[in-house]
Amino acid sequence: MSNDNESIIAQDPWHSLKQFTPARIALGRAGMSLPTRACLDFQLAHALARDAVNIPLDFARLEQRLNLQGYQTLTLQTQAENQSVYLQRPDLGRLLSASTTACLQHTVPIPVDAVVVVADGLSSTAIEHHAEPFLSLLLPELQQKGYRLPPVCLVKRGRVAVGDAIAEHYAASLCVVLIGERPGLSSPDSMGIYFTYQARSGISTDADRNCISNIHNNGLNYQQALKKLLFLLNEAEKLQLSGVNLKDETTDAEPNDRLKQANFLLD
Amino acid sequence: MYKTRITHQTYDFKSLRNLMAKATPARSGDYLAGVGAVNNLERVAAQWVLADVPLKQFLNEALAPYEQDEVTRLIIDGHDSAAFATISHLTVGDFRNWLLSEQATTAALTAIVPGVTPEMAAAVSKIMRIQDLILVAKKCRVITRFRNTIGLENRLSTRLQPNHPTDNPAGVAASLLDGLLYGCGDAVIGINPASDNLEATLRLLHMLHDVIERYQIPTQSCVLAHVTTTLKAIEQGAPVDLVFQSIAGTQKANDSFGINLELLNEARLAALELNRGTLGDNCMYFETGQGSALSANAHQGLDQQTCEARAYAVARKFKPLLVNSVVGFIGPEYLYDGKQIIRAGLEDHFCGKLLGLPMGCDVCYTNHAEADQDDMDMLLTQFAVAGGTFIMGVPGADDVMLNYQSTSFHDALYLRQVLGLRPAPEFEQWLQQHGIFNAENQLQQRPDVPALFKPSLQNLNE
Repeated sequence: MSNDNESIIAQDPWHSLKQFTPARIALGRAGMSLPTRACLDFQLAHALARDAVNIPLDFARLEQRLNLQGYQTLTLQTQAENQSVYLQRPDLGRLLSASTTACLQHTVPIPVDAVVVVADGLSSTAIEHHAEPFLSLLLPELQQKGYRLPPVCLVKRGRVAVGDAIAEHYAASLCVVLIGERPGLSSPDSMGIYFTYQARSGISTDADRNCISNIHNNGLNYQQALKKLLFLLNEAEKLQLSGVNLKDETTDAEPNDRLKQANFLLD
Repeated sequence: MYKTRITHQTYDFKSLRNLMAKATPARSGDYLAGVGAVNNLERVAAQWVLADVPLKQFLNEALAPYEQDEVTRLIIDGHDSAAFATISHLTVGDFRNWLLSEQATTAALTAIVPGVTPEMAAAVSKIMRIQDLILVAKKCRVITRFRNTIGLENRLSTRLQPNHPTDNPAGVAASLLDGLLYGCGDAVIGINPASDNLEATLRLLHMLHDVIERYQIPTQSCVLAHVTTTLKAIEQGAPVDLVFQSIAGTQKANDSFGINLELLNEARLAALELNRGTLGDNCMYFETGQGSALSANAHQGLDQQTCEARAYAVARKFKPLLVNSVVGFIGPEYLYDGKQIIRAGLEDHFCGKLLGLPMGCDVCYTNHAEADQDDMDMLLTQFAVAGGTFIMGVPGADDVMLNYQSTSFHDALYLRQVLGLRPAPEFEQWLQQHGIFNAENQLQQRPDVPALFKPSLQNLNE
């Protein structure tokens, strides 16, 4: 349906306020309830977010896309055996499955500096949309810096901390995890990046990590995210730490300027 | 001691803490913690045993050690045995019967408040059905005041929550005005700041103060920053109405939030000093939620609902204007689906009211929970039938800063229509005076914006 019949619904004469916020304001009303269009808009956004959580990521396709670019991959699984378990047991999503661990142990332990891990997390759509394009910017940068990298590890039903076990296996000092973030109604495909220095399974905590969040088409773009991540990698090597004591000092010019904007209610 | 035999099987629960956890209706957080019943029969066995436990036992067997936990000390040391006398001879099962009986009038329920401990409230709720939780909560009456009167019979208040992803003042103002024009905001106009720093908090505090002053709105403001940030804001002379803090039911969990009872007391005294309430001095706003202790790894073997009820002991010490159980925000590892969220929301409301608190509910869910708008409509309706004190008002139910779904301005108006619930009297008068609501508390039918706000919108269009 395109529009509500205007003789039945009441419009809100303050549409001009929509320029200031992405919030769902001035929706109008049918009686005192949501008009049909606003109601279905919401259901549409919720459907996209639910599907992002529940439709599994096509790991074979992601591998193929990365392999075509010349990057080696390794697909791993966690101990969360299905989606329902994954959602209710975050602890299992942090642990690699027995078969995966065995498979990792068979790989030759070449000396490496950094591991790059991609986990589906809570949004397969985020990884589907943003992992490969972001990696095609990130991996050449890492190689250029002379970092030795093992294959990119793709983890099914993984949480952030699953990267710790992988970094530990390779004895890598830098661990970068790309993961699908909990989807919001307006951003079902938001990707996050978590960086941990000297990540160790069962020892590293959230306080040891730095997070770059909100990477999607209406959020942080790939170049901004890359700049932040490279800054953190450099600083971490200098300071030999990551987490709360490693501050992101790259600037985001845009929000500060807008903060100075006037407030129409008080002018 | 906590033993029974059902269908040729003996159930022997090793402690009151263990018994409480096993008797709790199923929820994912208790399984994550490894404390929930392994099957339905074990759960019902625990409920049978729990029903026979004397209420007095909760004063003798602390669920978290007295020596190690200041919340336990607060509960035990603050217990009023005179108020307890009416129910001191009852078991948990008797207590349920008493609560449902004609003896438990509003006055009787008010009188026992200081004699009820959180564990007693949690225990009886575990053997109550949804309709019991609704019926008893509806009989409880808790009235609080700051610049208006919250919690009167047949009233429902709303927190206007005009969050913005970058705290942009015009963005906040847009949602704020949208909410006011839909008749929302008598509980509090409360913003979750995008970044918890002093500068952002000060800016938002001044803005809310100026709006409330300019338009003479009989309500109060709150910026939901950490209590230490709010204390600094007070030191700098900021206009703080309500002090906000998230609280939990164990000392260890409160540690992880960076708070303790001493700090909360200090913050309350600082806010009282400002003397900004015109009708009363309830100047605290607390938020809680089942699972918060476990998520801080500080549940100490307790089930999440008992932990939640213990948080209300912390709340009531500081005479809050509002307490909000943010029930579905925490995610499916604690409350998996609509069914679990609905029951938890009604349990929290019941326990809070029984303990004398002005309980609101953030009827909400995240996108990774098995829940949708229909589930929220069920909780929303049942919560209002139970006499819930306040709900959230978020534009279109979509919080664009916190990324979760709560209740909309329209949702509150739905409840006003079907249940005849009015806003706080002072706010109601303001709404009617400015032609936002008509005399029947329905939105006024009009082609334009009420005169009060016309100039600010006109400036904008020029």
